Order: sequence, then structure tokens, then C-alpha cells
Amino acid sequence: MNTAAETIEISLTVNGEKVKRAVPVRLNLADFLRIELELTGTHVGCEHGVCGACTVRVDGEIVRGCLMFAAQADGCTVDTVEGLTDSREIEELQSAFVLTNALQCGFCTPGILMAAQALLRDLPDPSREQIREYLSGNYCRCTGYQAIVDAIEAVAKARRARGHR
Amino acid sequence: MKAPRFAYARPASVAEALALLDKHKDDARVLAGGQSLVPMLNFRVASPKVLVDINRIAGLAGIKVTKTHVRIGALTRHADLERSADIAKHLPLVAAAMPHVAHPAIRNRGTFGGSCALADPAAELPACALALGATFVVAGKKGERRIAAVDFFKGLYATALKASELLVAAEFPLPKPGYTSAFGELARRHGDYALVGLAVHGSTRGGRFSDMRVAFFGVGDRPQLAAHFARALEGQPTIAKTVEGALAKLDADLAPRADLYSSAAAKLHLAKVLAGRVTQQLVP
Repeated sequence: MNTAAETIEISLTVNGEKVKRAVPVRLNLADFLRIELELTGTHVGCEHGVCGACTVRVDGEIVRGCLMFAAQADGCTVDTVEGLTDSREIEELQSAFVLTNALQCGFCTPGILMAAQALLRDLPDPSREQIREYLSGNYCRCTGYQAIVDAIEAVAKARRARGHR
Repeated sequence: MKAPRFAYARPASVAEALALLDKHKDDARVLAGGQSLVPMLNFRVASPKVLVDINRIAGLAGIKVTKTHVRIGALTRHADLERSADIAKHLPLVAAAMPHVAHPAIRNRGTFGGSCALADPAAELPACALALGATFVVAGKKGERRIAAVDFFKGLYATALKASELLVAAEFPLPKPGYTSAFGELARRHGDYALVGLAVHGSTRGGRFSDMRVAFFGVGDRPQLAAHFARALEGQPTIAKTVEGALAKLDADLAPRADLYSSAAAKLHLAKVLAGRVTQQLVP
């Protein structure tokens, strides 16, 4: 499309399902997921890329859902916290978060789970410092992060003990 | 807030992108990674009528090593620079800078060209381009032109790019034997914009500093070379005392303005402390 338009028809795969919608081009990906697809696990916090609550996976890599337009996800594969929950990919992380009390209000949790899963893929044996650094783009205003780091560290150790990433 | 209304175009080639930029002129903005532009739209700091999304243009991304230089395509993502074995080997300064650029989710999307074309004065990559003597490759209606990094950054969010032009790549000369580099930045939190940062590149051959290029960022309206500081290092032995002695010269190189967090005097102090730390990394 090499002429400028204010709406666009997009086709993408979200959590394994093909979806097709006509959307305004100014609709960001996080709002598309929440409003159009009613996948409200992806949260919208700051809307300028600072808080990390809208973190989703696009073509396998985590991105800010608020800093990408749905139009740009045309043809892409998008995974949200709902998809990773259904596939049980983050089951261990979710259990560890419950066990260590790594969430209080829970607003940041979906974004943190998405980031934590990406961290453990890239760095299967992270130090606490590396966990903190990786999560520096995800704000939590409740926990003080200690329990979040505990949970992620515990999952990394458990996965290593099983020889599994 | 949400982005204001705009029209969206997704050209498939550089030629199509240039035609759109030419048609819409100052009403158009190029959308690369969007990690700065989209916040600017959401804050309504920018409200272009047309966004020209260059993300689907084939051939704009990638890192190529030739006999003389490393060419980084404008659409190369920060994460790709961070993971590239070629960058680690040939441009270790850029590799050292990457972990300081925001956060992983931002680096997966943000692009090399976007960072340079935006010219945020606190950004890491423009300073690296300046320290390493890179040349920007710019496409326009009449063909390509090349702009040295030192002539490219014109001021606060200002570059030598014209509204009808597209940044397509940068060429970094392969460092000569004996050349080495170091990078550092101070930020309030990891991944935040730099309070002050610098990229240092030069020769330490034979135990003497030579041809040092020291590019500061976050202390002015654009990345800037500290010429007096570099001159004080020239030909001097690579010992701690040389670096300590040269730091006072930064008074002549830098005139930082106060920002939200620091007074001008504090910024100059931080710049000196950081320059000492980073340049000392080149002392064996």
C-alpha cells in the first residue's frame, strides 16, 4: 500500500488463531488486542513505552504493544499472556509468582511474565543482577521487585535442574 | 493519550517511500521502529498528517562487512546490533553501547537509522557514529548522497536530512590496527536516557594515546567531540596520570545546560567523572 489511508484491513495470527479486521491506522496493537479481540490480559499503563504493562510477543520477540500500530502487525504472529497461559508455556512462572507472592495488584504481571519468559529464553542462567536489569523496563509499583526476582530465579533453577530451558 | 489522526502508507521500496515523502513533504514523517516517534504522537508532540512506514522495505535492514567498512542498514534493529558477531568483532564500541539503549522490548523494535535520524541528544548511537567517523548514506529523488557524522547532527532533534530524503544506511570505517574504544553512560535507572555519556575511540599503539575521538552525549543539543580533551591526550603515555591531567580541558569542550535533574555544574562534574572512568579503560 503506497497511498496513505486512515483505515486498513489487517490479517494476523493471534495466539494461534487467524484474525482479520478493518481497523483505524492510529489504533495501537495493545488497544487492538483489548478492544477488538477482547484479550484484556495485555494491560495499557503509560502509553509511551515506559511501564512495560503492554508487553506482547510479535513474531517471537517481545515488544511494547503501545508503541506499535495494529496496522504494523499485519501478517505477523502475535502472542499474548492469554496464549502463553493456554499453551502452558508460562505455567511454571505463574506458579512461582503465586508461591513467592510476586504480585499484589497484578497490573504489571502479564507484562512481567512476557518479559521473564523472553529473559529465560535468552539467558537460561541469569544472575539476580541480570534479572533486575532485564526487567528494568517493566514497572511494578507494589512489590518492590524482590519477590519477582525470587520467582524468576526459582524457575531458572528448576528448568536448569531438569536440563530444560 | 492515543496518537492523533494520521494517514498511513507502507511503501515496498525506497523509491516508493521517496515518492510519498516528496508528495507529502513536511506533512509526512518516516515511521521506522517507532520507539520514540509513537510516544511523541501519543504525547501529541508530533502530529504528522502522514506516516510513511518503512518497515516492509526489503534490503533496508542488515549488517555487511566489506574490506573497508561495516555498513549498517537503517532498519537494523538494536537487538540485531546487540547480537551481531560482526559488530562485536569490528565495532566493539557499538556492541558496548547497545545494552545501554533502553530495554530489551524496545531494542527488539527500535532501529539504528531511526535513532540517528531522530538525533535525540541523549542517544547512544549518534555518539558512536561520531566517535567512529561514520558516514551516513541518504537517498533522495536525485540519488544517494553521503554525509559525514560530524556534519550530520545539526542540533536538538535536527539533522542534515531533508524532508524529502530517507536515511538508508551508515558506513563505519573498519578500525585500524592498534585502535581501541570504550563506552560509558550515567543514567538514573538502567535503560533511562543518559544524564551524560561518552564514546571513546582512538589508538593506544606503542603505549601512547593518538587520534582520540571522544564523543559526548546528553550534555548538549547534539553529540559533540571533545577536541581539547583529545588534544591533551595526543602523544601522551597511556597512564592514569595522563587521563587525570587532561580532564580539566573538558571545561573548554563542554557547556552543559541544566536539565530536570541536574544543574549545569553537576552535569559538567558528572561528565568529567565519567570521562575519567571511561578513558581509564584504555589504560593497560
